[in-house]
Amino acid sequence: MTNNIIGYKKMKTIMVNGNSLAWEENMNIDVILQRKNYTFKMLIVKVNGNLVKKTEYSKTIVPPDADVQIIHLISGG
Amino acid sequence: MLIESILVLIMVNQDGLSKCVVQPGRLNQLKRILMKKSDFFAAHDMKIVPVLQNAVIGIAGCGGLGSNVAVSLTRVGIGKLIFADFDKIEPSNLNRQQFFADQIGMPKVIALLENLKKISPFTQYQIHDIKLNEINIPLIFKDVDILVEAFDKAEMKEMLIETWLQNFPEKPIIAASGLAGWGRNELLHIKKIDNLYICGDEETDLQNGISPLAPRVGIVANMQANLVLELLLREI
Repeated sequence: MTNNIIGYKKMKTIMVNGNSLAWEENMNIDVILQRKNYTFKMLIVKVNGNLVKKTEYSKTIVPPDADVQIIHLISGG
Repeated sequence: MLIESILVLIMVNQDGLSKCVVQPGRLNQLKRILMKKSDFFAAHDMKIVPVLQNAVIGIAGCGGLGSNVAVSLTRVGIGKLIFADFDKIEPSNLNRQQFFADQIGMPKVIALLENLKKISPFTQYQIHDIKLNEINIPLIFKDVDILVEAFDKAEMKEMLIETWLQNFPEKPIIAASGLAGWGRNELLHIKKIDNLYICGDEETDLQNGISPLAPRVGIVANMQANLVLELLLREI
């Protein structure tokens, strides 16, 4: 019964730092940062283990089920 | 030679000017102490000494993090340290960095070399008085087993980590993020993502009244140094 609800469609997701986030068409890194309300400027971003450089954030489209890691770098040393 | 040209340094303090005299040729006057390697390592577990002596570790930046990492790794007997910084020592560095008042004005890499040589002759040192960038990082650090990120500014940390992950994804890099202020020992942790390790609280930013201080910077620097050992010695 639960599998036959009319209009039910399994929602596609990605993982961001271990937490689930709804996937969207043409979802790039900038979109993910907006959805997560990340305002930090200095970041290291990896998608499925691969580095995404800052200059590639808007060009990198993230697929469903992607594992995204975002690390915030803070001054001080 | 640069060090010998620094005869008298003027330090400004609250009382006005005070003079700090540095002997010419100081490096040459360091007492030659004969020490056997077996004596230096007498307190070590002998299984780990050859592994440590074969290791080459890079340190990018010689400030609060880098100078403390270098001191610890010299004491444990790492075979070779390659470190780089373009800065000169300022009075404000002495609150947390492993330098001394009579070294103000010296390039950090030269002062650090001087201090490390006073600790141990059983580590080789390669120093670079240079500002690191995307081009020279792979050249300077290509032979290291592990790189320690020890910069102050977040944008430099980002540049270094991106450059490293792009050029040497198979080699570990140990970075630091979030170490300003005091107390809150329990918030310091290590995050691992593949070969990238981040030590710190990942939240305390520099702001009014919150600056890096010796204890917490020292703890995070030694978390980095301790992690270097863990990675080097995991086969043992």
